[in-house]
Amino acid sequence: MSWLPALALAGLVTFATRLSFIALLGRVQVPPLLTRALRFVPAAVLSAIIFPELVVQRGAVDLSAGNPRLLAGLLAALVALRTRSVGLTIGSGMLALWALQALLAG
Amino acid sequence: MSSAPPVATPRREFLDGCRDELPILLGVAPFGMIYGLLALRAGLDPFTSQAMSSVVFAGSAQFISAQLIRDGAPAAVLIMTVFVVNLRHALYSASMAAHLKHLGIRWKGLLAYLLTDEAYAVMAARCTRDAGLAEPSPHRHWYFFGAGVTLWGSWQLSTAAGIFLGAQVPDRWSLDFTLALTFIALVFPALKDRAAAAAAVAAGVLSVAALGLPYKLGLVLAAVAGVAVGLGVEARRS
Repeated sequence: MSWLPALALAGLVTFATRLSFIALLGRVQVPPLLTRALRFVPAAVLSAIIFPELVVQRGAVDLSAGNPRLLAGLLAALVALRTRSVGLTIGSGMLALWALQALLAG
Repeated sequence: MSSAPPVATPRREFLDGCRDELPILLGVAPFGMIYGLLALRAGLDPFTSQAMSSVVFAGSAQFISAQLIRDGAPAAVLIMTVFVVNLRHALYSASMAAHLKHLGIRWKGLLAYLLTDEAYAVMAARCTRDAGLAEPSPHRHWYFFGAGVTLWGSWQLSTAAGIFLGAQVPDRWSLDFTLALTFIALVFPALKDRAAAAAAVAAGVLSVAALGLPYKLGLVLAAVAGVAVGLGVEARRS
């Protein structure tokens, strides 16, 4: 099955979102509730993506010290809070993951 | 003020926009390469993988799409998920609207297409710098265009590089983990108050709890519930 039609629609939806207020300005007031709700969208969406990546291993929830992605992710979160640097967060997280994977394998 | 500075030409504005976008490319180029890698791994052919970078043109949504395609999610869920993941762009649209209102619909459409996280960051910084001016440069939209099109070009090229290198990177490098790490870098410093933190925790826990849901609907439901929790906590405290 080709994914192109679905991706074209996804692209259209994205474009419409980006154009929304730019095109409507002056004709429509942004409802205050929507403005307040939009503020929480990035944190909610990104967390909903992050959590399963960290705690789910091979289809099951794994909160043990034997889960390298969970430990590496927690370390990266500390680095992110401290440094606010995307590069350092990714770098330290990947190094931690590789080290833990090597440890657990050996 | 003695005399007004000379008005910058469209060409000058365009080049300034390109230049100001350059430092951001350091973070974007590896991200684009990894997307190209993951799209191939998910089972997309090279053409579709590359097409997604110009049709959808949104890093995090493209990563999630690759995951959903790998997991065999239905097309309707993919479209809905992209919509929710990209809802934050409505914020950028609202923020840029006043600065673009004098432009024709073609310019508005072009700049809206280029309104990614990374281009918005540069455009919004310019608007903040201009806030003290009585009259911003009449060709400022060329600056926005320069910033946006620079990001666009680097995204296409880095995607192509990722697709090209795709077959040569072994699975054990776990490069897919960079997705979670990038989002960790974006989310944690942004949790400035209790309501935002509550939204993040609720959405995260629910998305794990909802993993068993059919059609990979968990992400969308968890995100919507997280926003509702954030609104609820905010309302109780004010």
